[in-house]
This record gives sequence, C-alpha cells and structure tokens, in this order.
Amino acid sequence: MSDTEVDEAAVTTNVPEDVEADVDEPETNDSTVERDAKHVPNAIPLKVRGLRKEFGGIVAAADVNLSVEEGSLTGLIGPNGAGKSTTFNCITGVHEPTAGQIHFQGEDITGLSPNEVAERGLVRTFQIARELEEMSVLENMMLAPTGQRGESLWRSVLPVARESVKQQEAAVLERCWEMLEFFEIDHLAHEYAGNLSGGQRKLLELARALLTEPSVLLLDEPFAGVNPSLESRLLDHINELQESGYTFLIVEHDMDLIMENCEHVIVMHQGTVLTEGTPEEVRTNEAVIEAYLGGEVDG
Amino acid sequence: MSDDEGGASEPAGLAAVWDNDATKLVALVGGILALYVGAGTLLDYGVRQQLNSIGLLVFYIAVFAMLALALNLHWGYTGLFNIGVIGFMAIGIYVTAVLSKSATVTEPAAGSIGGFGLPLWLGIIGGVVAAAVFGVLVALPALRLRADYFAIVTVGISEIVRFTLLESSFQQMQLFGYFVGLGGGSGLILDFDITDSLLDAVGVAEPYAGLTESLGATLGLGGNPKPVFDSLYYGVLLLVFLVLFYLLLRRVGNSPFGRVLKAIREDEEATKSLGKDTNRFKIKSFTIGCALMGLAGILFYAEQGAITPNAFRPRITFFVWIALIIGGAGSNTGSVMGGAVFAAFLFRGPLFLKNVIQESFDIGAVSTFGQAVSPLISGLNPVPMLAYAIDNLAQLQLVIMGLTLIYLMHNRPEGLLGHRQEPAACIPLTGLSRSDTATAPATETDGGVASKGGDGDE
Amino acid sequence: MGVSDRYDRGRRLFLEDPVRAVLVVIAVVLVLDLVRQLAVGQTQISEFGVMLKDGLMRGLFFGLAGIGLSMTYSILNFANFSHGDFITSGSFAGMVVTYVIAGGFGAEADIGSLALVGADGSVYGAQLGIGVATTPLAVVAGAVVAGVATVLLALFIDRLVYRPIRDRSGIALLITSIGVAFALRYLIQFVFGPSRRGVTDSGAVPSIGIPAVDGVVSVNLHEVSLLVVSVLLMLGLHLLLQRTRLGKAMRAMADNEDLARITGIPTERVVRFTWIIGASLAGVAGYMFVLWNGTLHWFQGWILLLPIFAAVILGGIGSVYGAIVGGLVIGLTMSVSIVWIPSGLARAAAFLLMIVVLLVRPEGIFAGRSTA
Ligand SMILES: Nc1ncnc2c1ncn2[C@@H]1O[C@H](COP(=O)(O)OP(=O)(O)OP(=O)(O)O)[C@@H](O)[C@H]1O
Ligand SMILES: [Mg+2]
Repeated sequence: MSDTEVDEAAVTTNVPEDVEADVDEPETNDSTVERDAKHVPNAIPLKVRGLRKEFGGIVAAADVNLSVEEGSLTGLIGPNGAGKSTTFNCITGVHEPTAGQIHFQGEDITGLSPNEVAERGLVRTFQIARELEEMSVLENMMLAPTGQRGESLWRSVLPVARESVKQQEAAVLERCWEMLEFFEIDHLAHEYAGNLSGGQRKLLELARALLTEPSVLLLDEPFAGVNPSLESRLLDHINELQESGYTFLIVEHDMDLIMENCEHVIVMHQGTVLTEGTPEEVRTNEAVIEAYLGGEVDG
Repeated sequence: MSDDEGGASEPAGLAAVWDNDATKLVALVGGILALYVGAGTLLDYGVRQQLNSIGLLVFYIAVFAMLALALNLHWGYTGLFNIGVIGFMAIGIYVTAVLSKSATVTEPAAGSIGGFGLPLWLGIIGGVVAAAVFGVLVALPALRLRADYFAIVTVGISEIVRFTLLESSFQQMQLFGYFVGLGGGSGLILDFDITDSLLDAVGVAEPYAGLTESLGATLGLGGNPKPVFDSLYYGVLLLVFLVLFYLLLRRVGNSPFGRVLKAIREDEEATKSLGKDTNRFKIKSFTIGCALMGLAGILFYAEQGAITPNAFRPRITFFVWIALIIGGAGSNTGSVMGGAVFAAFLFRGPLFLKNVIQESFDIGAVSTFGQAVSPLISGLNPVPMLAYAIDNLAQLQLVIMGLTLIYLMHNRPEGLLGHRQEPAACIPLTGLSRSDTATAPATETDGGVASKGGDGDE
Repeated sequence: MGVSDRYDRGRRLFLEDPVRAVLVVIAVVLVLDLVRQLAVGQTQISEFGVMLKDGLMRGLFFGLAGIGLSMTYSILNFANFSHGDFITSGSFAGMVVTYVIAGGFGAEADIGSLALVGADGSVYGAQLGIGVATTPLAVVAGAVVAGVATVLLALFIDRLVYRPIRDRSGIALLITSIGVAFALRYLIQFVFGPSRRGVTDSGAVPSIGIPAVDGVVSVNLHEVSLLVVSVLLMLGLHLLLQRTRLGKAMRAMADNEDLARITGIPTERVVRFTWIIGASLAGVAGYMFVLWNGTLHWFQGWILLLPIFAAVILGGIGSVYGAIVGGLVIGLTMSVSIVWIPSGLARAAAFLLMIVVLLVRPEGIFAGRSTA
C-alpha cells in the first residue's frame, strides 16, 4: 500500500507537465521512450514483449509488443477478435502466455497469478462485467480496497483486534459511498449486484477497480452500454485521475472517443500490433483503414 | 456480545427484538421443544419419557445445527462443495478416542484396545487439530478443482477414511509402548465420559450426583435418574457449543474476511483480479470448517459409548446438506434454523411418530413388503401396509428426505426459510446514503481519514 | 549444448511438476516390485492371473456402467450421483424376473417371496439353481428386463426431476441427483429388505481351468458371459455412435450443447436417447455384475458408484472409449493393488487413483470432451 502512495507522490511531481508537453511527439520513436526507460525505470510501467497465446490450435495473440507510458491514457483498438482481451488476460495473469514477457514497473510479471499482478498495482476490468451477483453493490465495493486489516481471519474474530477492524471498516464504507455517489449508483447500494443493468454493472466494476488504488488500470471496453452523459463524466474523471498520476490502457470500439481522449493509440489486428501512434497518425494509416474495412464494420 | 452486529438497532420495542436473529433462533428452538412437550403431554408421557425425549431432541438439534454451520462456511460462504463431511467428523472422534482412551501398556485381551490415556480435553483438542490438519492436506491439492470434481474428491476421501478405519491391519498396533489401534470393523469402546469429566474438572461431581438423586425423587423419575439428567445436561452443553459456533461463524462471516469468502463463491477469478490471494482464503476457510466438523463429530459420538466405522457412512453428510439447504446456504442464522428444523421434523419427527403409533395402536407386525402389499391389492386393506411402513420408518424416512431435497432444489433452492441477508462487513451497512453511515459511531473517530480526495465535503 | 539442454528440460519438468514426476517414479517402482515379487515367487503367477481376471471382470463392469454416467455428465452437464442407484434398481428388477421364472412362477416357492428376490431369506438363488447354464431363459429374461426397467426408471425420473431444472447449474442438478439417489436407495431397501442375499447357485456354474506357470486360473461361465455381453454391448454402441445420425448428434451435443442447439439437432430427443443408452447399459451391466458376483443388496450401486466415477474421470468425461479404458484401469488397480496393500484397502486404492488423476490430469487420459 505504502508503495503505491510513494509512487503517486513521485509521479505527481514530474508527470503532468510531461504529458501535456509530449502529447504530439513521443509515439513515432517508441525506441527512444524505451531508452529513456533505462534511466527512469518508471517511465514505462507496462511493457509487453513477444506475447503469444494459443488456445488449442487457435492463435489468439501471435506476437504482441507494446509499451504503456507512465501517466498516459493509451487506447487499444482493433477489430473484433484482434486479440485485445486476450492480451489483457495474459498481462493480468488470467491466462498464462504461450510465449513472451510482461514487465511491470521494471519487474518481470509473466506467469504471475492475477492476484499477484493486482497486488502490484496493475488492475483490470473485464469486457463482460464480473459483478459478484449475490452480494450487494456495497459489499462488492467494500471488497476492493487493499490493505484491509479484517482480511486476516484472527483480526476479524478476536475481540480487541476486531475493534480496530471496525474502525477501518467505517473508513472503507465511507470511501465506497463516495465512489458510489460519484458513479451515480449510490441509490443501488443495497441491491444485489446481479439485479443491475448491463451499464450499471460496468460502472460498478470500474468503481470497484478504482477502489483498489492501482497505479495502472486496464479497462476492457469500460463504456460499452453506459449512457452518454455518464460516459463523459467518467471520461472527465479518468482524465482527472490521469492527471494525478494514474495510467490507463483502454480497449474501446468507439473511435471518436479514443481519438478525442487518448494521446497514444495502439492498433491490434489478427493477434499482432498493426501500428501505433497519435490518434491523427492512426486515423490516416492505410493499414488500419484496411484492417477495419476488411474486418467487421465498426461505428 | 454480538448485539452490535445484529443489524441496525434503530426500530425500538418488540419489533427490534424480533428482528434480532438470536431471538428468532431461540423462538424456533423453544417452539420445537414446546411442540414435543405438548405432544408428549397429550400422549400421557411420564416425566422421565418427556425428559429423555427432550434431551435427545436438543442433542440432535445442536449437532445438526453445528454441522450445518460448519458446512455453511464451506459451501454457503466459500463455494467449496464438500460432500465428505462425515470423514472429518470420523477423524475428530477417532483421534480423540485413540488419545484419550485409558492406556494399556501390556498386551491387552482380544477385543479390547487401549489408547494413550491423555486427559479428555487434550484428546478433544487433538481430534479437532487432526481434522484441521487433514483438511489442509485435502485442501492444498484439491482447492483448484472445479466444484463437481471437488465434491467427488471429498466424498471419495470420506470413504477412504471409512475403509481405513475398517481395515484390520490398523485394528491394533504398538506405538511408543502403548497398545492402541483403530479397532477395525468392531470399532472402539469409548471409556471416557465428557459430562463426568467436566463435572470432575469443575469439582461439582458430588453435588451433581446428589442433585440428580433428589431432583429425580421429586420428579418421580424412578430408579437411577442420573442418565436422564446426564442427557439433559449434555444437551445444554451442546447448546453452549452451538452458541459458540454461531458467534464464531458470524464474526467470520460478517467481516472483510467473510466478504472475500463470499466473493470467491460468486466469482473467484474476479476476486483474484482485485488482488485477493483467494487460495489462502480458501485454505483457511476449509481448514476452519473441517476443524469445526471434527469438533461436531467428537460431540456427536463422544457420549455414545462406542464407535464403529460403519456409523460414518456418507448418509450423515447427506443429512447435513439437507439441513443446510432447508436453512438456506449462505446464512449462519439460516443454518442453525435448518439444523433445528431438520433434526426436529425430518430426523426425530418420524421416529417420534413411530413410537407414538406403536404405543397407541396394536397393529401387529408385518415382516415383508409382500405381506404388506398383497392385502392392499386383493382386499384394499391398507392396514398391513401402514404397519409395515411404520415398522420400517427408518428407511421410509430417508426416502422422504431424498424427496425433500428434490423438492427444495426445484422450488426453494434459496432455502425454505428464505433468502436471508447477513452483511459481509463488521459494521451495519443499512444506511441509505453516505450521510446515514456518517452517523454511525465508529465513523466519528475516523471520519477525517475516510475521505480520500476531500472533494466530497463542500 | 543439446545434452545439457535436454537435461535442463528434464530437471525443469521435475521442478515445475513435482507431483507428476513423483507419481511416475512411484509407478515405476511398483511395476519393478511386481516383477520382483513374481520372480521370487512371493506372489504366484497363477494368483496374479486370478487378480488380472477379477480386475478384468470388474473393469468391464465399471466401463459398461460408466458409459452412461459419462454421457449424462457431458451431454446433460452434471455428475449424476443417482447413477449407482439406477444400477441397483436394474439389478433388482432383473433378479425379480429371474427368480420368478426360475421359481416356476410360484411352483417352487411362494410367488411373493420370488417377486421380492427372497426378502428376509425366504428363498435363495441356490435353491432355485440360478445360473447361465442351469436357468438360461431366466437369466436372459432377467438381463433384458434389467436394461428395460432401468431405462423406464431413468426416463421417468428425468421427466419428473431433471427436466424441469435442466437449465440450472450442474451443481444444482448434482445436489438434486443426491436426493434422487437416497430416495431410490432407501425405497429399494423398504421394498426388498435390508439383507444381502446370494442370488446364484455358485456350485452349478461350469468352469474350466487354464493352466498358469505355477497353478491354475479357473474361469467360469458367468465370467465368460460378463465378458461376452460387455464386448457385444460396447461394439453395438460403437456402431451406433459412428454410423447413425443420432450417434453423431450425440457426439456433437457432448462437445458443445449450444452449438448443437443452433444447428438444429433436436436436443430433447438426444437427451432422451442419452438416458436410454446410459440407463440400459447400466442396468444390464449391474445385472451381469450381480450374476458374476453372486450377491445382491440394496446399497450395491452406491458402493460401485465411486469406482465408476473414477473410471469415467480417468477416461475423460464424455469419452465412451475413455470410460471403458478407465474402467479397466480402475478394475485392475483394485484387484492388483492387494499385492502391496491389505485387501480391505483395495477400494481405497482405486479412489486414491481417481483423486490423483483429478489432481494431475483432470481432463482424463483421453483428453477432450468428445463422445467418440
Ligand atoms: N478462452 C478461449 N478459448 C479459445 N479461444 C479463445 C479464447 N479466448 C479468446 N479466444 C479466441 O481468440 C481470439 C481473440 O479473442 P479476443 O477476445 O482477444 O478478441 P478481442 O480483440 O478482445 O475482440 P472483441 O473486440 O470482440 O472483444 C478470438 O478468435 C477468440 O475466439
Ligand atoms: Mg475483447
């Protein structure tokens, strides 16, 4: 826990201006970014090299190479079946990669279990929301915060220790309400998560992920099914978080949204990274146009 | 002790008392007992018979409620599909027996097997620890299995335990100079007595004996009243254990720990993705549950005088499952209610009825199904069939239980007693908005730390 | 470089999968020890022959009865804990018919006693001279009825119990099947009584001795019958699955139910045939097993269910041939394990094998969920 706090502190002092300044320039020379990374280990918190994932005979990811810059809002796009979710699954330990390495904050995290990845501050949401159906929305939320003392069995049970757990619970509860209010689902706090609508589930999942206070968030189509006004509020919030040092990698099919909000866009096609660059570069890239026209039509 | 956890204590008066889960449980158990006493009175039961019947009823209510609670931790909370409950119970009581049977250091006569002669309380601790350790051994490899495979593994293990107990090679052996063993098919005689040892330990054995004599005389119990009081006293002791089980498991459930367990039950992968080391939680939960099953097993069999391996058939596991499903998996209060309802109506009820009928009517004995069915077909005479059914109620009872389980799974998978909400947190979550919770006492001491950004307060 | 590479890979396997590596070592040690025991004469070759034969018989039964379990597991998606009691039901139904026919429809004993398979020790199989050689008609009729009755029972229970909750999770169905199992098992006990009875005239079963190196392995007619019936049924099933449209549909369902539904295969029909095939095999297998074993009792099926599960899991759920191979492995394990462990623990050894398989290779030795 304290690690993340230290990171954030360090980050907030130097990143925002960089981000502002670099918006137009860094993508063409991925290699310089990497060279920089050697000097400033945290500049590229997430780096994927030669990632390959096969399911039986199906090659879902063939050779994925990508880097996510500290404090950036990076978009990951590509036609259906391009391997975006598979890449997420391999990064977060849900699937074990067939080949390749994943580095997070300078550490090789390939093959770690999902909880170990999440503990390091790399948290994801799922494309199909994974709410905990027979728990209330509030319980879903309260699960998320890290460093909960009461997760130790003995502290939860023994009389004196339990008092300290209760105090922390009150604080956790407070934070959860705050988050629920922000996401405008506080009126659903006592509803079973299984009774929420599709969009509400996505909100719940995003809110829950934020409560873990990650340093890097991987969001798999977070806005699918969310109404436009809330979507723009969420984007504002994401931008806010980004400014305070969070890093985002977002899978999204809404091209306009990506183009307007991301400073860096990675395009995947048939299990590999087709190209990457600024929104402008990507938009005009012929390979991208072809991939999208050749693939399924997207809004 | 747990009043603070019973939910918001806002509504005053009777309604609030009724809202308290503990009240409901006491009312249910009290109601069941009253029903039995009432029935006994109608049937002109003597005092001794009444007391015996109550002692037995309380015993079964307590053990099934304890077992259902332990299973609820596995299945209701963590989603661990354990259908080997009886195996852990068997390990508990057998280890207790081996540790605490009186020691034999010379080759004993055939058929009598000694133990290590440890004090009973040590034996009980040993039994509970053994069940827990065995639980860890099962859990470490098996927890990553799918629920249905986990079920098959656990039932397989409970049968392996039974075969091992049955095996003549382990019937008797010499260990550290003691002649001990598992007794093989003929089992072990339990030469200890929980009730007496407890009285001795507290130093009230003498007064107790005197009390039973005088009370027995007053109530007109006839000769040797002690067993009657022993069974009542043991029943009360088990109720105390039940209360402890309940309080413990409520604390486990209503806590961040329990919250993670519930989350694992719902979606283990999503829980992992939030940084929870689910394996650690599952092992802990499974181990605690197994230890409690071991303890319940000890309490179940310790006063029976003897144990044989074939008492530990999967049937008991099935009973516990029905109790849990009646009460509604996922709720501790429901588990106790399910245990009580199962014990009173499905387990003891039919036998009570059988006694009543056999004592009230002389319907004669019918030894085979054939003799029962032919008069029914030829002369539409149902009496022999009824007689046969009552005589073989023990079997029919299990048919009824099977049908009950099917009925519940069809119509009330969430339990007969409804879907109960027990908050997975140490503090009440009942507030309708943030401002409501802010009035909770704990928040006041900690409010400043709670809000991270500070943008919430204008 | 190449050598060290290979060495490295071997070491990595050991480090990454120590459980499997240890198992391989144990298996090798056991086989070597068996060879030693046979060579030294600690275990006689004829004794070992008898174990193999017994193992084969049990294995054939496990395989045959396991096919149904495997098919319901993959097509209906749940572990059917009432399968064992289907086997018991079939055996009892078949034996009722055998007793009634062998007892001359009441000529040799009270018809009621015959119909209850000699409940309470009123009639014994030996009294009626039951056996393939002595009462062939009664046995054939019994075997047929065992299959038919089990099918009817399975369809009845499916209609009443499983079909209404077909869309629920496999776990809900599993729990329900436990309820069915108990209801059936104790209903059987209620009707037929609790006794374990001898149902054949074991003295009247012709047998031949096959000379082994240091003794004789005798094989009797009931063993041959079990073998012949099993092989014929397995062959028939093979043809059904490979050659008919229905069989192909069933294989498709086992692989992917949603797919099968989309492509228009009438799934309820497939489900019905799954029960028919699975239950008839279970019933006939149970009957033949009882005939071989010579005894019948109300919890027979339950006792046999776990080794059958073991066989099915070992063979890979959904795989018919896997179930047969798995059955043979489990049957042989149970018989041969008594070379090393007390006979009372033979069943424990089979369960242990099943658990080990679940742990190291949960997809079975015939990986993949294919009915073929
Ligand atoms: N568990 C799995 N087993 C087999 N194949 C899989 C599995 N997961 C993904 N695939 C296959 O891998 C390919 C890539 O899938 P993936 O989900 O990564 O695509 P995606 O880019 O996220 O697409 P979408 O935009 O539709 O979400 C697809 O062809 C898919 O069928
Ligand atoms: Mg996707």
